[in-house]
Amino acid sequence: MQQKSPGKLQQFFHFPEGDGLATDEFIKGLWRENPVLVQVLGMCPTLAVTNSATNAIAMGLATLFVLVMSNVLVSSLRKVIPKQVRIATYILIIATFVTVADYVIQAISLEVHKALGAFIALIVVNCIILGRAEAFASKNTVWKSLMDGLGMGIGFTFALLLLGTVREILGNGTLFGFPFFPDSFQEWVIMILPGGGFFTLAFWLLFFNGMKARKKDNHTEVHPEKESVEEVYV
Amino acid sequence: MKTGNLWFIFINASLINNFVLAYFLGICPFLGVSGKLSTASRMGMAVTFVMLISSMAAYGIHAFLLWVDAPFLQLISYIVVIASTVQLVEMFIKKFSPTLFKALGIFLPLITTNCAILGLALFQTNKGYNFLESFVFALGAGLGFTLALVLMAGLREKLDFAEVPAIAKGTALTLLVAGILSLTFMGFAGLGG
Amino acid sequence: MTETPLMPSANEAGSFKMFRAMVGIGIACALAIVATYQLTLPVITANKAEALEKAIFNVLPGAATRVNYRWNGRRFEKISPDIHGRDVIYVGLDKDNQLIGIAVEAGGQGFQDAIQLLYGFDPYKQHIVGFQVLESRETPGLGDKIDKDAAFKANFNALDARLNDESTRLAHPIVTVKHGAKTHPWEVDAITGATISSKAVGVILNNSVQYWAPLIHQHLDELKE
Repeated sequence: MQQKSPGKLQQFFHFPEGDGLATDEFIKGLWRENPVLVQVLGMCPTLAVTNSATNAIAMGLATLFVLVMSNVLVSSLRKVIPKQVRIATYILIIATFVTVADYVIQAISLEVHKALGAFIALIVVNCIILGRAEAFASKNTVWKSLMDGLGMGIGFTFALLLLGTVREILGNGTLFGFPFFPDSFQEWVIMILPGGGFFTLAFWLLFFNGMKARKKDNHTEVHPEKESVEEVYV
Repeated sequence: MKTGNLWFIFINASLINNFVLAYFLGICPFLGVSGKLSTASRMGMAVTFVMLISSMAAYGIHAFLLWVDAPFLQLISYIVVIASTVQLVEMFIKKFSPTLFKALGIFLPLITTNCAILGLALFQTNKGYNFLESFVFALGAGLGFTLALVLMAGLREKLDFAEVPAIAKGTALTLLVAGILSLTFMGFAGLGG
Repeated sequence: MTETPLMPSANEAGSFKMFRAMVGIGIACALAIVATYQLTLPVITANKAEALEKAIFNVLPGAATRVNYRWNGRRFEKISPDIHGRDVIYVGLDKDNQLIGIAVEAGGQGFQDAIQLLYGFDPYKQHIVGFQVLESRETPGLGDKIDKDAAFKANFNALDARLNDESTRLAHPIVTVKHGAKTHPWEVDAITGATISSKAVGVILNNSVQYWAPLIHQHLDELKE
């Protein structure tokens, strides 16, 4: 199924077309189109495994791996896969890489594998991955898809880390397992409970929405009486 | 002991470890389809239905994979079977019960990527449930999912009339409510323990 | 976004093309999965064995090696160290290959979800010498103290599990009592704020010891060899 001739290889890594290094495809995932904080996708792992920063990183990296690999493969096979069976093949490809990631994590650290549990396998149904395969990789060059996958994956890891650090610091008094506060600190147990996951994500979204709203205000001078009445928060 | 165990599995899957509020499975439909009470209850029904069927299918596959000694194919076969089950169910309902299809129709394709279904299959395998236990587990999980969805929809219908700061509108507010719901459900812990 | 729609018209394919794509990708995926499985299997097996060994030596202080035995309904038979499960016990031997204790896996319902634990049993003095939680989802900060609280764990340094005169069951079942109410050596002093989890540990241990202790007592010679 791989490339057969050097001519095709060149086609895959098609730098010209004016997209150069495709840095934009990389950067957009980090912030402007961040899968979690902006698109609000892939909520299950975001909430379920972020009770510590270590888990968040492990989950983020596993997703990054699957995302990049499936993006690259889907985009390099985009001319071979018939339209009618594309979703089925994407799911097949994604499930393969998730299985690979599952075994590799298990080989690296049983502890991490136990902490993440079934949620590694559940990367398969993470909407971000199928979403990027369908919306981006199936229509773009391998290089661009690689950058897109990297950007989205790192953006996802970043968002998970935001949640993981807050929840671990407040809920357990530690960061990456190391004590963060003096002993007198009383942990907010609620933060590592499921409810805390919802709250932390809600607060981060509020924070970013607030920043966006403020930015908008600065740009357009405030016109409270105009149609943006709802946009100006009290 | 036996019936008590089944009852406990049911309570555990539906209330104590509610799929949405404790395991965070099926959050996408939970956030997306919980705007209106009527859609929420229908989505819940559809999910429960698919859960029951795919749980039985997963039980069969697991037995088969054990027989051929190929544990590494677990994930890939689960996801393929779930996707095709949903398709089959959709075609079947369309043919035999147009009314039911009208009620569930648009939700069925969405369910394929619902992590609660795959999660259910994986959990029942990890916990080593037998056929009957798997069935009860699926029933509990489905009804628990419906309950969470319906509660959320009810709350959100009320919240529509509340004055909320603009930055909190939408997902952030829904998540806050979900957090409070999740805390309330923790009160169920210890039931049947 | 600068997405350029590159979807070629050739994608409207016939069934042969669909078949070719599906089968081709299917085969490639199968190869990838099997290769990873084969490559990682030895590492994973070794890791798991190491983790279990660590837990066994933790609950059986002084043990240097372990041997797995399975109860087949009539006698204990020695099995490969890779096999484990509910009907397997781990016999801990010291440096001189003398049996010093037996580690047993047990499980049951906790506050949130099932608790899996491993405990060490001294068949000579007939008491439990320690336990460790293998798996639990107990509430962090409350229920999960069963694996962290030093005072609670001290309950199990020499928890009485003597058999009755007929050697059929325990003379005194293991019970969990309210914090500070422990008066007998077969009682477990609960953790304040985590009574249900503490009770669950007591029940799990009691069920398991009631089953294993008489068997081990009657067949101790088979395990000693």
